[in-house]
Amino acid sequence: MKQSGISRFPELLEKHEQKLVLDWTQELLKPGRLRSDLIGQLEVREQCAELLRLMTAATRSGNVTGIDAAEWQPVRDMLASVSRTRAKQGCTPVEVATFVFSLKRPLFALLQEELLNEPSVFAAEVWSVTELLDKLGLFTTVAYQKSREDVILRQQEDMLELSTPVVKLWDGILALPIIGTLDSARTQVVMENLLKAIVDTGAEVAIIDITGVPTVDTLVSQHLLKTVAAARLMGADCIISGIRPQIAQTIVHLGVDLAEVVTKSTLADAFTLALKKMGASVNRTAR
Amino acid sequence: MERIPILKMGEFLLVSIQVDVHDRLALTLQDDLTNRIARTSARGVLIDISTLDMVDSFIGRMLGNISAMSRVLDAETVVVGMQPSVAITLVELGLTLPGVRTALNVDKGMAMLRASLVDTIEERPDAGRES
Amino acid sequence: MPAVKVEMLPIQSQYDLVDVRRAVRTRAAHIGMSILDQTKIVTAASELARNALVYGGGGTVMLEELEDGMRICLRLTFEDHGPGIPDVDKALTDGFTTGGGLGLGLGGSKRLVHDFEISSVVSEGTRVRVTRWK
Repeated sequence: MKQSGISRFPELLEKHEQKLVLDWTQELLKPGRLRSDLIGQLEVREQCAELLRLMTAATRSGNVTGIDAAEWQPVRDMLASVSRTRAKQGCTPVEVATFVFSLKRPLFALLQEELLNEPSVFAAEVWSVTELLDKLGLFTTVAYQKSREDVILRQQEDMLELSTPVVKLWDGILALPIIGTLDSARTQVVMENLLKAIVDTGAEVAIIDITGVPTVDTLVSQHLLKTVAAARLMGADCIISGIRPQIAQTIVHLGVDLAEVVTKSTLADAFTLALKKMGASVNRTAR
Repeated sequence: MERIPILKMGEFLLVSIQVDVHDRLALTLQDDLTNRIARTSARGVLIDISTLDMVDSFIGRMLGNISAMSRVLDAETVVVGMQPSVAITLVELGLTLPGVRTALNVDKGMAMLRASLVDTIEERPDAGRES
Repeated sequence: MPAVKVEMLPIQSQYDLVDVRRAVRTRAAHIGMSILDQTKIVTAASELARNALVYGGGGTVMLEELEDGMRICLRLTFEDHGPGIPDVDKALTDGFTTGGGLGLGLGGSKRLVHDFEISSVVSEGTRVRVTRWK
């Protein structure tokens, strides 16, 4: 929207900053606006003051509505931070956006007062302010969404981590019971966990038990072979255990070459073999 | 000329690769090692790559070459200390370095080399009995 | 997607490969990639840069840090004016070999990145663009 000359908004912001903080806080404390059970009055007031201070600084450059520019970075950062905190506190995205939109009424009131005798300037400024606050309000919504997505992502990562534990069976012998499907994302986590455990424990044998893996097709076999190869590069040999008869059939049928890999049908057999590799043996003593 | 130093430890040679290896350096290392093994009748080579934060197909090939060449000269090669992220990346790249023996660290690598020495010595008493 | 930072490096000698690896590592670390992800993109860069040098007769690589909304990524574009690759699909499957290499460059590199684009014209050259986001 074409503006005749420089916007008056920045100077007005600067001149009336204190009053705006008060009026805005008042707006937000009206019933139904904010979750007063979640956010205290003091915190609200501080956030309003902080945001207005940053907005004044940003508009000083003359850029009143281009919030993607560098001078608006501090404002964006602050709003992103507020959105994340509010999301964590349990507010809805509407409540978060309301934080920004509630500034409209005090700002329009201010503009009306100051520009009473300049109707065309008043109209132009109202439009600028509207554009600015709409953009900022939408920004908080996007930031809110992103923070939710981050939480979900973290939870997914945690689940992956938890579902692939690495257990130390003996000095130098690790066991990896894999429960559930082995897709490429899971394989990455398995490899990372296994290799880290090899470094931490100095293990030379790793038993990968696939009793809990429902289907073993070409892809799963490839993932297993990858894991075995990675462990070998770190100086550890792998034994794959838990090969059910049906899986053995599938593997042969698919033509998967597990020739290089030692396989055992049970974890117990694999453990016995691992002990032998480590030069240990188990003796039964009289009780 | 810049070259990677080769240390002698008894019957073994020890190489520690600590820099980003460019082609000429890699070829020089292969030459130097081959010469050194022959000259000293070394029985084993230990290559420490624990500070390498990347191994691509070129370096992988170099390690494979060194393993093969040393075997021809009756020496075992063990590569030790591969970083987990390097191992995972190599495997993802499709390189499993099949002819290359590996160990977790220098201690285990040395133990491996000593063990392979003992194996060869133990074989000899039997050799005479076969006739 | 506006490029936040752009850098162009020559690939004319084996020493350039070292510089390319270093530059990619620095940028990947700078945008906050995990060590594993850094290693993946640096290794892919090493393979592709080597292809440009050995098969392509030399070329360039452009490093870009790009922001896509809230997501930040590293995009590398390798370009050479060499003989080109006649059968790109075949080249992308493992085992492709010309010139005595292990022949795993393209297929393997593809697995190390999130996006992989290749265009090649015989006797004109090859362009490979790979992207990895944080």
